[in-house]
Amino acid sequence: MSELTRETLTLNMGPQHPSTHGVLRLVLELEGEIVRTCTPVIGYLHTGIEKEMETRTYLQNVTLVDRIEYVAAYMEEMAFYLAVERLMEVEVPPRARCIRVLMCELNRIASHLLYLGTGCLDLNLSSVFMYCFADRERFLDLSEMVSGQRMMPGYFRAGGVAADLPDEFFPAARAFLDDLPRRIDEYERLLDDNLIWRERTEGVAVLGRDDAIALSATGPVLRGSGVAHDVRKVLPYAGYEEFEFDVPVRPEGDAYARYRVRMEEMRQSRRIALQALERLPDGPVLTGDRKVALPPRAELARSMEAVIHQFKLVSEGMHPPAGDSYVATESARGEKGYFIVSDGSNRPARVHVRAPSFYNLQTLPAMVANRPLSDVVVAVASIDIILGDVDR
Amino acid sequence: MDQTPILDRLRPHVPWGLTTPKDERGRAILLATPGVLLEVLRAARTHLPLDSLVDLTCWDRLPDAPRFEVVYLLGQAGGADRLTVKVQVDGDPPRLPTATGIYPGAAWPEREVYDMFGVVFDGHPDLRRILMPDDWEGHPLRRDFPLTEEAVEFKGHTPKVPSEIIPFFRPHSPSGSGGDPPPGSG
Repeated sequence: MSELTRETLTLNMGPQHPSTHGVLRLVLELEGEIVRTCTPVIGYLHTGIEKEMETRTYLQNVTLVDRIEYVAAYMEEMAFYLAVERLMEVEVPPRARCIRVLMCELNRIASHLLYLGTGCLDLNLSSVFMYCFADRERFLDLSEMVSGQRMMPGYFRAGGVAADLPDEFFPAARAFLDDLPRRIDEYERLLDDNLIWRERTEGVAVLGRDDAIALSATGPVLRGSGVAHDVRKVLPYAGYEEFEFDVPVRPEGDAYARYRVRMEEMRQSRRIALQALERLPDGPVLTGDRKVALPPRAELARSMEAVIHQFKLVSEGMHPPAGDSYVATESARGEKGYFIVSDGSNRPARVHVRAPSFYNLQTLPAMVANRPLSDVVVAVASIDIILGDVDR
Repeated sequence: MDQTPILDRLRPHVPWGLTTPKDERGRAILLATPGVLLEVLRAARTHLPLDSLVDLTCWDRLPDAPRFEVVYLLGQAGGADRLTVKVQVDGDPPRLPTATGIYPGAAWPEREVYDMFGVVFDGHPDLRRILMPDDWEGHPLRRDFPLTEEAVEFKGHTPKVPSEIIPFFRPHSPSGSGGDPPPGSG
C-alpha cells in the first residue's frame, strides 16, 4: 500500500468547470487530496482583441475595450481613453472628469459584489449570491440610465463622456449608495459569523508579501498580502487626488484577507462616489476640440463646419501624433493600463493591455501548492479573475 | 507626474551611453541594448529599488529595423516610482535573455511575447505558447501576420479583410486620400 500512496494523479480541472469563473483549465498534480503542482492553462477565451484593435479607429475600438474586463467596463474605458488622451494631449472638462470617477466607483462596487456573490456560490452560500446580484442589478439599472447599456456601456469618449447624466440618475444613485452600508453590514454578518465561510477562507490560499510583489500581483490580491499599493493613491489619475478615501490593507495574505479588503473597498468607493455626486461641477461633458470629439447633434443642422468635422471623425477618426503612452489606473482587480503605440495614422500601431487578472492568476500555483484540492476553488474565487481579461 | 528624476538616480549604476527617447510624456524611459538589458534591470531592482515588474510587452516596428521593441515597465510596490526600459532586437528568431531571474513575474508575459511575436527568451524555465493553441503556426501580433475573417461555409460569402472595411489613412495624409495599409494588416 505504501507504494501506491506515493503515486501522483494528474487531474484536469476545467476548462469547463463552474468554479473557474470562465474557461480556465488547471492541470493539477495530486498526491491523494494534496495538490503538489498546479499549472494553469489559459487562452481558451483568447479573441485576439489586441490584434483587432490595430485595424480599427480609436472611436471604434471602445467597443472591443468594453469586452475585455466586461464586469468593470467603465474602468476599462477609463484606462483606454486616458492613454489616448495622453497621446493627443486633450484636456477633459471638470464635469466629465467627475462623472468618470463616479461611474468607475459605482462600477467597482458592482464588480466587488460580483466577486462576493460568485465566491460565496463556490462555497455553496447561495443566499449571499442572490443578495449580491440583486444589489448589482441596481448598478446595472444606473448604467442603463447613463449609457443605455447594462454592460459594455461605450460611454466614455476621448475628451469626456458621450452624454450628461440624466435627471433620474441622481435620486437612483443616491438611493443605491444610501442603502449600501446596510447591505454590506448584512453580508458581513452573514459571512463573518458563518463557520463554513471562516474555515474555508482563513489561512487558505496564502500568498506572502514577497511572493505577491515578485509575481507582479496588484489590486486586492496585493493589498490582501500587506502592501498598501493603490494606483489611485500612489499615481493619481483622472482627478483622484481631489477625493478623500483610504486604502484598506490586510497583512494575512489569505482568501479571508482579500475578502476583507474588498468589503472595505466597497465602503471607500461609496465614499468617493458620494463626494463626486456632492461636488459635480457644472459645464460641458465633452471637450470642445473638434479634432477629437464629435460636435453636438444640434450643431449639425446649422453649421457646415460641424458637418465636416463630424464626417471626418466618423469616417477617418483622429490622428494621435506618433509615439507611445501608458497610463496606470486602478481597476477593480488591480493595475490596468493600455500601452498604445501610434504611428500618426488613424489606427493604433499596437495596443497592449496590462491585464490585472493575467498577472494575478500567475500567483495561483504559489497559493495552492501543498494544500488540499478543495482550496483551489477558494483560491481561484479569491483572486477574482475575469477570463476575458486574462486571455484578451 | 514627472518621473524623469529617477533616471538621474539610475545613471551611475548602468553602462555609460544609454539614451532616452525625445518624447517621454512624463515617463522615465531608458533605451537599453540586448547585451546590457539584464544589467540595467538588476541595477533598477537593487539600487532604485523597483521591486516589481508591472508589465512586459513588445511591438513590431516593421518595416523599420531592428524590428521588435520589447518594453519592460518596472514599478515599486507601495511607491510611485516607475521606469520603462525599452530594448530593440532583431534576428530570426529574435533573442533576448530572460528577466525571470530578476523578476519572477516575467514568466507569463515573456511566454506571451514569445507566443505573439516569436521573441525567444534564453534561459526561460518554461517557454511555451500561452494564449494560442500549442500547434499554432506563426506569431499573430507580428504585423505581417494577416488578420482575415475565418472562412465559413455560407454560399457566396467572401471573407472580408478588416482593412477593406475601414480605410487606412497615412500619418497626416492630405484630406480624403485613403492610403495603402501598413504591411501585414491586409
